[in-house]
Amino acid sequence: MEIPYTVEERPDTGLANGKLGIWLFLASEVMLFGALFSTYIILRVGAAEWPHGELNVWLGMANTFILIGSSVTMVMAWASLKMNQWAKHRMYLILTFALAALFLVNKYFEYADHLRRGEGPWHSTFLAIYFTLTGLHGIHIVGGMIVMGYFIGPGAKLWKKNQEQFANRIEYTGLYWHFVDLVWIFLFPVLYLL
Amino acid sequence: MHSEADHVKNSIRTYVMVGAALFVFTGITVAVNQIHLAVPFAITVALIIAATKGSMVASVFMHLSNEKKWIYGALLLTVMFFAVLLFVPLFTVLDGIGTLSEPARAAAEQATRGGH
Repeated sequence: MEIPYTVEERPDTGLANGKLGIWLFLASEVMLFGALFSTYIILRVGAAEWPHGELNVWLGMANTFILIGSSVTMVMAWASLKMNQWAKHRMYLILTFALAALFLVNKYFEYADHLRRGEGPWHSTFLAIYFTLTGLHGIHIVGGMIVMGYFIGPGAKLWKKNQEQFANRIEYTGLYWHFVDLVWIFLFPVLYLL
Repeated sequence: MHSEADHVKNSIRTYVMVGAALFVFTGITVAVNQIHLAVPFAITVALIIAATKGSMVASVFMHLSNEKKWIYGALLLTVMFFAVLLFVPLFTVLDGIGTLSEPARAAAEQATRGGH
């Protein structure tokens, strides 16, 4: 049985089902991160003092540049498909995957440095919320990499069968990836700078 | 399909320009942080820049500047619930539960003095 409205738009919503689905999923993600940001505000407002300069700003800035760069390559991966440029699409998607991996490598060094000094989540309220927020964000990066890995590998076969459907799937992956970038855009100043 | 490809081709320059602008804004955020402004002012500046960057990602990369009304509707609901989520916890601080009213406090003080 064929799943309806994977390419054509539904007459009632004017959208393919996947598009509305990914936006509803992102709405739930806003609430998830929103709850944690709210927790951060409550903890910070209630704290007698809040530490500054505990995190490596330059590493955080490098990771911001990496994620912004990956957002650009992701949207270019989708645009290449729309222009029927398969080789370019592959290059941009692999580049996005590589940038995501680089982000995690940086994060590993950052976490390892803190843990070596005994500064785990148990050390202070600030580090507890830092590890919670960045850990959850890191899990989202891994999730995005799994999806991208699928479309670089076995999922790429769909392009030969149904180009529109494949382009739609890459668009939805991109929407998720830009959201992950967007969350980091707020996490970076909140945790590293303020 | 052909016109869509042309439209996407024309958008590529915008994607690159927005990417460059996001790099610049990130640099500005860090540069402002190095000046060591007063905390309330620093928070305001950093959040304004972050909101600007976020809106650029959402409107250009996520194509929110040109979407269907169902998606705007879903996002409007999300914004409303997000605002509730952010502000409701404040009531746990501002509700006054556990704090005596003025007459009750005066009566309690009176009783304490009378007891001694």
